[in-house]
Amino acid sequence: MKCLVSVKRVIDYNVKVRIKMDGSGVETENVKMSMNPFDEIAVEEAMRLKEAGIITEIVAVSVGRKSAEETLRVALARGADRAILIETERELEPLNIAKILKSVVEKEACDLVIMGKQAIDDDSNQTGQMLAGLLGWAQGTNASKLEIKLAEKIAEVTREVDGGLEILKLILPAVITTDLRLNEPRYISLPNVMRAKTKTIHYLAIADLNVELKVHLKLLKVEPPAVRRAGIKVSGVKELVDKLKNEAKVI
Amino acid sequence: MSSKPILVLAEHDNEVLKKVTYQVITAATQLSEEITLLVVGQACDKVAEAARHIAGLKRIWIVDDLAFQQGLAENMAALIAEIGKVFSYILAPATTYGKNILPRAAALLGVAQISEITQIISADTFVRPIYAGNVQATVQSLDDIKVITVRPTAFEPAGTHQHSIPIEKIVRACGCQLSSLIAIQNVLSKRPELGAARIVVAGGRGLLSAENFKLLEDIADKLGAAVGASRAAVDAGFIANNYQIGQTGKVVAPDLYIAVGISGAIQHVAGMKESKVIVAINKDADAPIFQIADYGLIGDLFQILPALDQELASQIDKK
Repeated sequence: MKCLVSVKRVIDYNVKVRIKMDGSGVETENVKMSMNPFDEIAVEEAMRLKEAGIITEIVAVSVGRKSAEETLRVALARGADRAILIETERELEPLNIAKILKSVVEKEACDLVIMGKQAIDDDSNQTGQMLAGLLGWAQGTNASKLEIKLAEKIAEVTREVDGGLEILKLILPAVITTDLRLNEPRYISLPNVMRAKTKTIHYLAIADLNVELKVHLKLLKVEPPAVRRAGIKVSGVKELVDKLKNEAKVI
Repeated sequence: MSSKPILVLAEHDNEVLKKVTYQVITAATQLSEEITLLVVGQACDKVAEAARHIAGLKRIWIVDDLAFQQGLAENMAALIAEIGKVFSYILAPATTYGKNILPRAAALLGVAQISEITQIISADTFVRPIYAGNVQATVQSLDDIKVITVRPTAFEPAGTHQHSIPIEKIVRACGCQLSSLIAIQNVLSKRPELGAARIVVAGGRGLLSAENFKLLEDIADKLGAAVGASRAAVDAGFIANNYQIGQTGKVVAPDLYIAVGISGAIQHVAGMKESKVIVAINKDADAPIFQIADYGLIGDLFQILPALDQELASQIDKK
């Protein structure tokens, strides 16, 4: 079984984001960038399935600027067999990314897609569901456990939902999106970093794929959220309960 | 007020209409007065009945079929994409339910989805949080059909009235068999659901162990509150992930939020800063949580919690 894993280059989760002076976006120049944490989990899960003999090849894909090859190198060091960068300067929305990925999935004849449930920059949480819809495949989002039964051509996915957990049976092929507790990505060893340098990254342009992209959303501005001001310190439990009862009137 | 047709997807479990639906309806009323509530499920008459008196609705459509019993995304999205074509807006709550279904429906319709809006600026312009709530983006939709998930806590629940809204049955079959539900493992709790609770008592790494969460539970039970946790507490294995509040967990906005032993990492604050009143209990006077707390209490939580428990008990006795 051939698996596609999509990875996105985002501002590192430890970095405090800065808004550009003109409010047109978020500053990404000279800021530490990393692989979206949910995508790291996706690569790790694919790797574990490969080690278990279920997946035969892992293809990592990213859409974005040339600099995204850095992120693909990390995916290769984490175990992907090869990588594809669809190079573009355009800021693409989830639906357009899903269209591009669909085209790659078909070109590569993949049977499984594993991707992060959301990217920590735009927090959209859409691309996996959209890709599954466009492909007409089953979807298992927010996965915290994944079991592939090759003989039966099904995947059993445990999903993290608001009320607890939901276990689904999906007919393969399918799109899986990862939640935090699916796995803990391992550290990348130096030999694997070295090995990643010898693996190939294939470059494609959007024009190479048979997709029609459209602008659906316009970003008008970004701004910091309203700040909440600190209140008062109370001396003890009695004062706290009194304030909550008589001042805030919430208990 | 505009009369562009809006379709609101009801969230329910075939028995109970979830509170989040009321909140999405309030968002819908800010866009148009032509609102249709779509109830999809199996043997879900009770849900439609419950919605009959919600103020702001024009009609309720009910689709009742075995294919929709479990709310599977493949089936639901296909249905919504088909009947949603004639609407100007399709809205659903930004819960794991809505987030699972709606992007798929949007893709089938060939339009974008606008995720988790917190504010409506105009008919085509919305505010939504990005970067874990550290940045607010104002976006304009260029699509004819605007597919939107609404962050429930950003809107008050719609009220009810005496008038009874008509229910129309819609018959739709579904051939999809891509997925099926094997099991649901709901966390059984006598406490209110985290997303709907009026009071939330949340614990962090400062609680030091799973056993110590019992201290929080006692207080939660006296207040009729839900229990929550920071990601640090979840990662440390003190409590299950579905209690997690924050960027990677749930977003809550209760009347009262009591943060115990929680430092106030950005990722946690993103999930609770819209709470009306915030109380922070922490031994570290410099913990960032105090910067957003209305009432801060500095001290050892292992002394404070039992004292608070006792104080609340004596208050209850007085009643």
